[in-house]
Amino acid sequence: MTTSAFDEMGERAAPRPAYAGVADWLASLAPEVLAAKRDEAELLFRRTGITFAVYTEGGDPERLIPFDIIPRILDAHEWSVLERGLIQRVRALNAFIADVYGPQEFIRAGKIPPALVLHNPGFAAEMVGLNVAQGIYTHIAGIDMVRVGPEEFYVLEDNCRTPSGVSYMLENREATLRLFPDLIRRHRIRPVSHYPEELLGTLRSVAPPSATANPTVVLLTPGSYNSAYYEHSFLADEMGVELVEGADLIVEDLVVFMRTTRGRQRVDVIYRRIDDAFLDPLAFRPDSALGVPGLMAAYRAGNVTLANAVGAGIADDKAVYTYVPAMVRFFLGEEPILKNVPTFRCSEADERGEVLDRLHELVVKDVHGSGGYGMLVGPHATKAERLAFAEKIKAAPDRYIAQPTLSLSTCPTFVENGVAPRHVDLRPFVLAGRDIRIVPGGLTRVALREGSLVVNSSQGGGTKDTWVLDG
Amino acid sequence: MLSRTAENLFWLSRYVERAENMARLIDVAMRMSSLPHGPVDGPDEWHSAIVAAGCERSFYAKHERASAETVIDHLARDLDNPSSILACLETARQNGRSVRTALTVDMWEAVNATWLEMRRLSKDEFTPARVGRVLDRVKERSLLFGGAVAATMLRSDAYWFSRLGTFVERADNTARILDVKFHVLLPQAEPVGGSIDYYQWTAILRSVSALRAYHWVYRDRIKPWLVAELLILRPEMPRSLMSCLGEISRQLEVLGQAYGTRGECHRLAGELEARLRFGRIDAIFQTGLHEFLTDFIDKSTVLGDEIGRHYLF
Repeated sequence: MTTSAFDEMGERAAPRPAYAGVADWLASLAPEVLAAKRDEAELLFRRTGITFAVYTEGGDPERLIPFDIIPRILDAHEWSVLERGLIQRVRALNAFIADVYGPQEFIRAGKIPPALVLHNPGFAAEMVGLNVAQGIYTHIAGIDMVRVGPEEFYVLEDNCRTPSGVSYMLENREATLRLFPDLIRRHRIRPVSHYPEELLGTLRSVAPPSATANPTVVLLTPGSYNSAYYEHSFLADEMGVELVEGADLIVEDLVVFMRTTRGRQRVDVIYRRIDDAFLDPLAFRPDSALGVPGLMAAYRAGNVTLANAVGAGIADDKAVYTYVPAMVRFFLGEEPILKNVPTFRCSEADERGEVLDRLHELVVKDVHGSGGYGMLVGPHATKAERLAFAEKIKAAPDRYIAQPTLSLSTCPTFVENGVAPRHVDLRPFVLAGRDIRIVPGGLTRVALREGSLVVNSSQGGGTKDTWVLDG
Repeated sequence: MLSRTAENLFWLSRYVERAENMARLIDVAMRMSSLPHGPVDGPDEWHSAIVAAGCERSFYAKHERASAETVIDHLARDLDNPSSILACLETARQNGRSVRTALTVDMWEAVNATWLEMRRLSKDEFTPARVGRVLDRVKERSLLFGGAVAATMLRSDAYWFSRLGTFVERADNTARILDVKFHVLLPQAEPVGGSIDYYQWTAILRSVSALRAYHWVYRDRIKPWLVAELLILRPEMPRSLMSCLGEISRQLEVLGQAYGTRGECHRLAGELEARLRFGRIDAIFQTGLHEFLTDFIDKSTVLGDEIGRHYLF
C-alpha cells in the first residue's frame, strides 16, 4: 500500500516543485544531524511547553505528542483551492445547523431523513428557536482532510463541536523557526502566529448585542486535569483573556459574571472547551461540577455567546456528513469545491448489502465515534473480526457508515531508520464570526508506524509543521 | 484578575513557606532532642513539635507516641497530613499548575522541580540520621522560589497576592516555632536560665537562621526575652512577626490603592501591626509569651480569612 500511495515530495531526484528546497536540504544532511535536531526539538517542547510533559503525571503515562522535524508543504495553488472549499463548507455547515434549530427547511425539502436529525444524540432540543449571535453555531471548526493524489483532496470528517490541536500547529512552527532558521529563510512561508489574534477577533465579533463595544471574552476549561489543558492555557494566554473554570463564573439575573479581585465583572463571550453535557448542571447533567448553574438560561436570554454553540455537534455525525455536499447546494446554491469520501450508508438496504459484501476492502465507522475508535479497517482485519463486525452492522445499521480504504498521501518523515514516507492528514482550523478566516495550513498529523493509516495521537500518531508557500 | 488566580497565588506562596518552616520546626526539635536529657516521662521536644505544628489531632490518630521517627514521618513525609513538607510541596505545585500562566517560568520551575525531586525520595531519606539533608534541601528550594518571585515577577496584583501569602504564613510559622520552647519542659533539676535552657533558645535562633543576627543586634549572651524580642518585635529581623506584619500591611495598602477598596483585612492588619510596633517585650512576658503567641496565631488565621473574603476567594 505504501508503494502505491501518492508521495507529496515525489522522487528524490525529481521532487515536486514545492519540495525542491526541502529535498536539497535533506540530501545535504547527515542522518546524525537530523537525529541531533530531533533531540533538540524534543528538548524544546519539554521546555517551552513544559506542561505537555507534566499534565499526565500520576496516572497516565507521561506523553509528548511526537513532533516530526521535516515540514509538510502545500503550494499556493493547492492552498487557494482548499481555502475556498473550506470557507464554503463551513458556511454551509453553519447554515445547516441554524436550519436544524430554526425553520428546518432542509428536512422539509426531503434532503435528509428527519429521524437522522431529530433522533440524533447530537441534536439539542433546547436549542430549537433560540437565536444565536450572527446566526453562527460553529465558530471554530476543524475540517479533517486527506489527500490521495496531486489534485485530489477529500474531507474525512467535520469537527464542529470543540476541535483541538491548534496549539500544536503554532508550537510546531515555533520549533521549526528555532531549529532550521536557514531552511525557513530559503522559502516564502505564510505565517500562522496570528491565529490567537484572529480567534479573539472572531469571538469578539459574535458578542451578544447587549455587550459593550469592548466585549469581555473568556476561555472556559474543565481544569488542569483535562488532557487539553495545555492548549487552553496557551490560547488564553496568547489572546490575553482570562482562563476560567466553572466555579469562577456566576449567573445572576440571567447575566454571566466572573469573580475577580476587583469584584464581579460581566462576561459576554465564552469560548468553552467543555462539552455540552457539562455546561450547566441545571440544564444538563446535574452531577457536573465543571459547569455553571444558570448558564443555559443566560444563553437563552441572549446575554452571553457560547462558542461553539450548544448542539453544533449535530453536524459531526458521520451519517450527517454524507449530506454536506447537498447542504452546499441547498443553502448556498453552489457546487461543492471539496469532495466527500464516497460513503455507504448502512441504514439504506442496498448500500448495506454492498458494504457486507465488500467488508474486506472497506473502512466501517461508528457514526458517533471519534479518535479512531469503534471502527473496522477491512483490509487489516481478520476474517473473524469481519464476521463479528458484520453482525454489529446488521443489528444496528443506522450506527454505521462505510468508506473505501483510501491510500492516504505520504510525506518524508524522520523515523528510526532514516527518512521514509509516512501517511499524513490535515486539520485546518476555520474561524467563523462576522466573516470567515483561516490561518494558512493547519495541523498535519502523521502515522509514524510504517504502513499505518491511523494518525490519531491516541494511537501512535505524530505531528508536522505545515507550510503554505506564498506565490 | 480572577479571584481564583489570586487565591492560588496566595496559597502557592503559603504552602512553599509552610514547607520551609516545617523543615525549620523539625530542625529545632532535632537540635533540642540532642541536648542532654533528664529522665523523659513527660512531653518532650518531639511532642512539642507536633503541638507547635498544630498537628496534634492528625498525629495521635495515627501514632501512639511521639518519637523522632514518628514525628519526622508525620511532619515531613506523610501525605495524609496536609501540612507535612511533601503535602505542602504537592499542594503548592497544584496551586501553581492551575494558574500556570500567572507564574513566571522561574517560579514555576522552582516549584515544579522541587516537587519532582522530593516525591522521588525514598522513605529511607527521612530517617532521623538522614533527614537533615532533606530539610536543608527544602529550605534551599523555598529560598530559590522566594528569589524567583522577587527577581522575575511583574509588580502587579499577582505579585502582591504572592507576597501576602508568604508573609501571612511566615508570621504564623515564626510564632509557632517560638512557641515550641513553651511546650518543651526543662528536665526537673534544670533551672530556668540554666545551660539547657540556654541551648534550647539557641536552637530556636539557629532554626530560623537568626543566631548571627542576634549577636549583631544585641552583642550579648543569649537571653530568652531578647530572643523573643528579636523574633516578635524587631522590624529589622526578616522573619519576625513585626517584619511580616509590616510587609502584609504594605502589600494590602498597594492593593487598596490599585483597586480603590479597603476592608476588614486592612483594618485588622493595621491593628496587629500597631500592637507589634508599639509593643514591649516585658509586657508580653507579663501576659505570658505562650498566651501572646496563641492569640497572635488565632488573629493571623482570621486575617488570612479576611483577605480571602475581601478579594472574593
